[in-house]
Amino acid sequence: MELTADKIKELVVKPENKVYAKTPLLTDKTLSYCPGCGHGVAHRILMELVEEMGLENDTIGIAPVGCSVLAYEFMNVDMQEAAHGRAPALATAIKRLWPGKFVFTYQGDGDLAAIGGNETLHACNRGENITIIFINNGIYGMTGGQMAPTTLPGMRTSTSPYGRDTHMMGNPLKMTEIVAMLPGTYFVTRQAVHTAKHARKAKKAIKKAIEVQLEGKGTSFVEIVSNCNSGWKMTPVKANQWLEENMLDYYHLGDIKVDGKLVKEIV
Amino acid sequence: MGELRLMKGNEAFAEALIRAGADGYFGYPITPQSEVIEYLMAEKPHERTGMVVLQAESELASINMLYGGAGAGKKVATSSSSPGISLMLEGISYMAGAELPCVILNVQRGGPGLGTIQPSQSDYFQATKGGGHGDYRLLVLAPASVQEMSDFVPLAFDLAFKYRNPVMILSDGVIGQMMEKVELFDPIPRWTDEEVIEKNGDWATVGKRPGRERNIITSLDLDPYSMERHNHDLFAKYKKMEEEEVRWEELNTEDAEYFIVAYGSASRISQKAIDLARAEGIKVGLIRPITLYPFPYKVLQEKVQKGAKGFLTVELNMGQMIEDVQLAVKDNAKVEFFGHVGGVIPTPEEVVEALKTKIIGG
Amino acid sequence: MAKKVQGYIEIDKEKCKGCELCVVACPKDIIRMSKDVNGKGYHYAEFFNPEPCVGCADCAVVCPDGVITVYRARIEV
Repeated sequence: MELTADKIKELVVKPENKVYAKTPLLTDKTLSYCPGCGHGVAHRILMELVEEMGLENDTIGIAPVGCSVLAYEFMNVDMQEAAHGRAPALATAIKRLWPGKFVFTYQGDGDLAAIGGNETLHACNRGENITIIFINNGIYGMTGGQMAPTTLPGMRTSTSPYGRDTHMMGNPLKMTEIVAMLPGTYFVTRQAVHTAKHARKAKKAIKKAIEVQLEGKGTSFVEIVSNCNSGWKMTPVKANQWLEENMLDYYHLGDIKVDGKLVKEIV
Repeated sequence: MGELRLMKGNEAFAEALIRAGADGYFGYPITPQSEVIEYLMAEKPHERTGMVVLQAESELASINMLYGGAGAGKKVATSSSSPGISLMLEGISYMAGAELPCVILNVQRGGPGLGTIQPSQSDYFQATKGGGHGDYRLLVLAPASVQEMSDFVPLAFDLAFKYRNPVMILSDGVIGQMMEKVELFDPIPRWTDEEVIEKNGDWATVGKRPGRERNIITSLDLDPYSMERHNHDLFAKYKKMEEEEVRWEELNTEDAEYFIVAYGSASRISQKAIDLARAEGIKVGLIRPITLYPFPYKVLQEKVQKGAKGFLTVELNMGQMIEDVQLAVKDNAKVEFFGHVGGVIPTPEEVVEALKTKIIGG
Repeated sequence: MAKKVQGYIEIDKEKCKGCELCVVACPKDIIRMSKDVNGKGYHYAEFFNPEPCVGCADCAVVCPDGVITVYRARIEV
């Protein structure tokens, strides 16, 4: 029997053979993110886990100002939109008032590491039983590519047009390492989603982060090193190569704190 | 009769939160209102009613904790004093935009800037005209006694949920710090989680329920026509407040030719001033707005129609409420202001003097 | 008759933003960008040669917009 494309389709495309499809916990709305943006993959991983873990009716999510400000349009669970940087404060109250719910924040680097640095540190220091998803693409995407606290040395942005001068603007802030030092955090990890391998690993890490919260162990914190091809002014494919060669050289992937214990030397 | 206690205004507010069935208090210390969180921490409301009390890292965090808690359908409150309220304004604007109920106590101190820790009423504009960015209003209650620091708490929660709007209790350092006898109301049980879902589950993020779409709490809308509609909806709500929620108190107004308009601690001083003036044969009465927004414009207009000769506003500021009195009275009678600022408290004698020179003789 | 694992993917071309990440992710090089554009003006991803597909789902996992559905079956050849 010759396997023509049509024949393969006829034999294989059946509901029982479906092995991967968009989760119904993502709405049908077209994502507002640029082509190739890691936000889409991070959204999907998170919502797949909410579905797979049976948490659809017990999840309250918070996405503050930044590119993901409209996350509530895409994540098909109860959602709050927060003021810039304040998501951990919202999450603190929601979780304390609804201890049985799965409460997550989904924050960018400008939000979490700059304007919301204080809320992040204190929520983690109190060991709020919440899950923080931190998307780090080293730039302010939504406002058009300005320098973020996580912008790499020498990296060009619209507010560091000659490259980030660390003498003037300081060095990139490793918030993930900082929160790992706080006794309140129980699971701290840095992941990426630019390849299938990395995305699958990131999904395992977020699953663990959710489990930590469900077990009431303390703050779980997942950084996802991501791309911003529009802000970086590259094609999506090039941006992912640049991420691999530059971002990951500064922001090392892997678990930093597991079961409340540091598993990596912090440098 | 309810339980009688001698308490500070701040303590009465704190006790009333527990008794009103509040689910959460989130606050940051600042003089002259730190007794609120101190009382709550000492009282262990978690053991009494299950109420959550948390000392936040800042006023920014406090108000956003309210946003989260209110957005999840719970009864939440905070307290602060003027500079701290300024810090909260971003969050208050977001809550007004997202239509979230909460109770905010401002025990005012003098400004601008760090100002002073002494009493003041200089946040009247901030409280009644919006305060933060965007077009919005808070429902503002002005207690004039320790009793009202307690009584206004359940009222404020009722109004907050009725209108899904932040309610501010605009107090001042005198009312917050002074001790008076207070009759405490009987405790109102906290809503169970099931009751929260039943009452607020159609809008609050209490977790998706089978049979309904997800709930979203947001103040964002990028469609200009939709955002304009939202603003109009908010103002329809404020109009309803103006029609239904105006509260005020009158003292010695039956035969009055002159009126002192004052709220909070200034109204207490003015009561004494009225006794002194009446002893001299001056027919003066007190109008005490209890809701500063909505303001009792009609009450003042009725006095004008009945032939009122003049209105003196007494305020612990440079003259803020006087603008609302002028809006009501227009050019139909004399309107003047007397007050002190910076923590200086007007004396009743000074008020009588101002009444004589600025209104009667002026 | 032998059996083989056969995969097949469906791409929602109207939702595709043409980022090309699936093209890079595919270990069998059987996805390419179309010459045509979709309603949004993007060159969309095209599954042009099903036969080598094993349904590994790498393309779908890296797709930011969730436009790829993956099927896999053991079929007789």
